[in-house]
Amino acid sequence: MKLKSECKLLYEECFPVTAGNLEHAGEASVKIKRILKKLGIDSDFIKRVSIACYEAEMNMVIYSCGGSIKLEVYNDKVIVVAEDCGPGIADVELALRDGYSTASDYVLSQGFGAGRGFSNIKRCSDSFSIISEVGKGTKLTLCFNISGT
Amino acid sequence: MKIKDVCKILNARVLAGEEMMDFDIECAFGSDMLSDVLTFARGRMALLTGLNSHQVIRTAEISDIPLIIFVRGRTPDKGIIDLAHGKDICLLGTDLIMYEACGKLYNAGLPPVTRL
Repeated sequence: MKLKSECKLLYEECFPVTAGNLEHAGEASVKIKRILKKLGIDSDFIKRVSIACYEAEMNMVIYSCGGSIKLEVYNDKVIVVAEDCGPGIADVELALRDGYSTASDYVLSQGFGAGRGFSNIKRCSDSFSIISEVGKGTKLTLCFNISGT
Repeated sequence: MKIKDVCKILNARVLAGEEMMDFDIECAFGSDMLSDVLTFARGRMALLTGLNSHQVIRTAEISDIPLIIFVRGRTPDKGIIDLAHGKDICLLGTDLIMYEACGKLYNAGLPPVTRL
């Protein structure tokens, strides 16, 4: 039987993400990377978390009405919850398909919108869940197991 | 390959990170799609790109890329260059097009990231 004390919360913080501002997009992910570095976590693990966070943040900036990214660091895992306040994804299965994109020409000219974001998020995280409702928003929960690195 | 050798091969201008000239680069990747950069980045990688945006610097910071080479004579504005300061990211600019810049570095022995 696992004791509750085995899963200890070491750090938590929530970062707001503004929609549409590509110049500042990624700032929350950079802050998250710095926090994990200060906590002395392995650099390859930090890179996995940072890349997944960055892709999630870019999705939120490009496609959503804005929201937040919450970081929870435990002794054995890191959980990232990216939650926006709309407009929601009508066909989640299609949105998750590698290469599928609805990005504007401007977004493409900035180097994003190739439809690789969710693939990168899945590749970098140990578990991944997405709940989306049109008119309400999208909640992405990512888990990274520190012991599995 | 040291960054100063990359500079010579590409006849490049140093835009930021003058103090990193003796830093060793072990592979390279050329792309204008940042999600692809995030997919492939590993090791001490040089990124060659024609993109000229804040997101190039942020992508490098997120994926531990120590060298960005702006090709086709693209010179990023001051705000983009300033974003690289204090982050151990060296910025170079070359007038060569992507194809020629990649070819010259490959010929000089810098392997693609996929061989790392």
